[in-house]
Amino acid sequence: MTRKQRRGLLIGLGVGVLSIAAVLMMFAFRQSIVFFHTPSDVAEHKIAQGVRFRLGGLVKEGTVARGEGTRVSFSVTDTIGTVPVSYEGILPDLFREGQGVVAEGILGPDGNFVADTVLAKHDETYMPPEVAKALKEKGVELGKSAEHPGETQTQ
Amino acid sequence: MIIEFGHFALILALLVAAAQTIIPAWGAAKRDPRLMAFGEPAAVSQVVLILIAFLALMYAYVVSDFSVANVAANSHSSKPLIYRISGVWGNHEGSMLLWVLILAIFGAAVALFGNNLPAALRANVLSVQSSIALAFLLFILITSNPFERLDPAPLDGRGLNPILQDPALAFHPPFLYMGYVGFSLAFSFAVAALIEGRTDAAWARWVRPWTLLAWMCLTIGIAMGSWWAYYELGWGGWWFWDPVENASFMPWLAGTALLHSALVMEKREALKVWTILLAILTFSLSLMGTFLVRSGVLSSVHAFAVDPGRGVFVLSIMLLFTGGGLALFAYRARDLAQGGIFSPISREGALVLNNVLLTTGCVTVLVGTLYPLALESLTGAKISVGAPYFNMTFVPLMFPLLLAVPLGPLLAWKRADLAAAMQRLIAAGVLALLVMVIAFAVTERGPWLAPFGFAIGVWVMAGALSETAFRIKLGQAPLSESWRRLTNLPRASVGTTLAHFGVGLMVCGIVGTSAYKSEEILLMRPGETKAIAGYELVFRGAAPSKGPNYTEIVGVFDVTRNGNPVTRLEPAKRIYDAPPQPTSEAGIYASWGGDLYAVLGDQQGDGGFAVRLYFHPLVRFIWIGALIMFFGGAISLSDRRLRVGAPQKRSTRAPIGVPAE
Repeated sequence: MTRKQRRGLLIGLGVGVLSIAAVLMMFAFRQSIVFFHTPSDVAEHKIAQGVRFRLGGLVKEGTVARGEGTRVSFSVTDTIGTVPVSYEGILPDLFREGQGVVAEGILGPDGNFVADTVLAKHDETYMPPEVAKALKEKGVELGKSAEHPGETQTQ
Repeated sequence: MIIEFGHFALILALLVAAAQTIIPAWGAAKRDPRLMAFGEPAAVSQVVLILIAFLALMYAYVVSDFSVANVAANSHSSKPLIYRISGVWGNHEGSMLLWVLILAIFGAAVALFGNNLPAALRANVLSVQSSIALAFLLFILITSNPFERLDPAPLDGRGLNPILQDPALAFHPPFLYMGYVGFSLAFSFAVAALIEGRTDAAWARWVRPWTLLAWMCLTIGIAMGSWWAYYELGWGGWWFWDPVENASFMPWLAGTALLHSALVMEKREALKVWTILLAILTFSLSLMGTFLVRSGVLSSVHAFAVDPGRGVFVLSIMLLFTGGGLALFAYRARDLAQGGIFSPISREGALVLNNVLLTTGCVTVLVGTLYPLALESLTGAKISVGAPYFNMTFVPLMFPLLLAVPLGPLLAWKRADLAAAMQRLIAAGVLALLVMVIAFAVTERGPWLAPFGFAIGVWVMAGALSETAFRIKLGQAPLSESWRRLTNLPRASVGTTLAHFGVGLMVCGIVGTSAYKSEEILLMRPGETKAIAGYELVFRGAAPSKGPNYTEIVGVFDVTRNGNPVTRLEPAKRIYDAPPQPTSEAGIYASWGGDLYAVLGDQQGDGGFAVRLYFHPLVRFIWIGALIMFFGGAISLSDRRLRVGAPQKRSTRAPIGVPAE
């Protein structure tokens, strides 16, 4: 086999595998992308029912209620819009009222967001950037307590 | 005073790095041996100075000197000593210091052990390596100085994030950085080769052990992080395709490819241009990982405090080195001589297949990781790309790779007989099919692909062993003869077998836990019983207790199997004193068959607790597999022919009957 043929074969192999990967990626992107929305997006855009998305904001004070079994309900707010969320399972350690949270799930016909995953911050002094940014875009002033709860408690 | 001394040492290191960046390379261009020789003492003094700075910071942590802003923000006097020490790299500034320390250690290694390298190549390598150190020292001193003082000093510090106060995590960053940063040496060698416009087998013989060392550390570092996430975060998962995990996984994939292509370059002088490109790309991916973690563009436990200035600085460093390396490559690559010719069915061909699949896999991970960032900056839409994407793109690409793994080492260089290689793998193939049939028969649920996944894992493991069996003529010759051959086997070959075996074991673990995991989330009151995966768990209740720097509520579960007591699980919910942050401590019972895993949730009013129970079949094999890969690398590294700094003059063709590895 000549050098030229060999190089052709190598390039062919590379291009072949890459195009298979490209097809897989396009297919996967169409199926597995999850959009992020804030509660006021939910109010404004009228997001289609049955579409999975991530809802991010602050856990509204005084809304966390424990129900039957491991059922929990709470509201997510960006102070402009508020969406009630129901979730069955164990909440993350850092889930707390007044703090940032991201819930993933589907908006029900009654306007209730049914979450199957709830993510909270990993760290006391840390807010998920998409939440912080989304809240900032909505013009919500982040109080010191929301951004740096650790500081006020330790000193 | 010691702090100021450390700060001063760091500034001196910056000056040394600046001189070391310019003088040796200048000497190499002028062919002036005295200027070139400047590199060695400079590299050694650079590492000594950075070490002094690092130890000074460590001292501040150990004695809890809260007048240092970094210590006050990240440590606490009540922390156990080991976590005060690991706290040094548990934050952005300190971990950056560790980063440049390791960078300088790798540079000094070239200075100390590189006596038999061509002088000009060594000078250029030291200059390039030092230019990376220079960039990051500037970054530390300008944007992330760990030695800044606080006045007045607070009475106590704010403490280390308690989920980071963990033995596995104490050593996760050093190993990870040894891996990340270790690839810098491959980069420096690649750039030096491009500057000189020539490269040969000796180049690859030099680069390979360092790449192997970096790869081993990265492997164990990622495995530690995964193990930690599994038992500490209480989600019961071992890999989340989190962008920051991907940031460390991409250099691993590229580094694995580099390891294999450097082999072709060393033995056959082929794939030179590609290997050089891969060396540049691997370190570029490491730099990108550093950027993703430190710029605040990602939300993750790894993401350090958000500071746009830092992000821009690291991005500039990354673009400078990636762009510079690639530009030099584009300019000089055609000057590199062409290497040996090989037929598609050959050891080289198999390694090319390995490279194509690994790099394509790396591309799919890269696209999945960066797409949300790109989309947000272009359209403002915020999306997340989760596990389903990676399962649909990366995983299918790994199937052909794993199928080909056992074949590679059995093929001869240059031109090989595929049928003969297949014949030697008949036993492995039969075993794999047998396992698949048994898996289909035994399991009642789970995806239909899972038994096939087990078959692939067994195929890789049995294939690796068959190759060794063939080499030592097991069953073909008397046992004493086989034993003699086994003891004479080159260590690099034993290492390959072990590493491939580890991959197969890991595949079995991944398939087992992904396909057959049992999960229950329920409310349990004291005295209630729940059965999962053949175990019965009786909840005895939960009681408060006090630890060295935390208070906790400990739940007690008595576990029985068929009426026989097995163990007692004690998952806890802890609240640390500083910072006051709750964490979950999972209760885990490990066995070869799998892990029983219990997490205590919140109290639900009437004395019941939310409880999460898992059974993770075969999950231990994932980390044991990674450990075996690490030891495979270590044994290979101890091979005399690979020993650091011992490039060999003689041809490394192995005796007939034992294909060269």
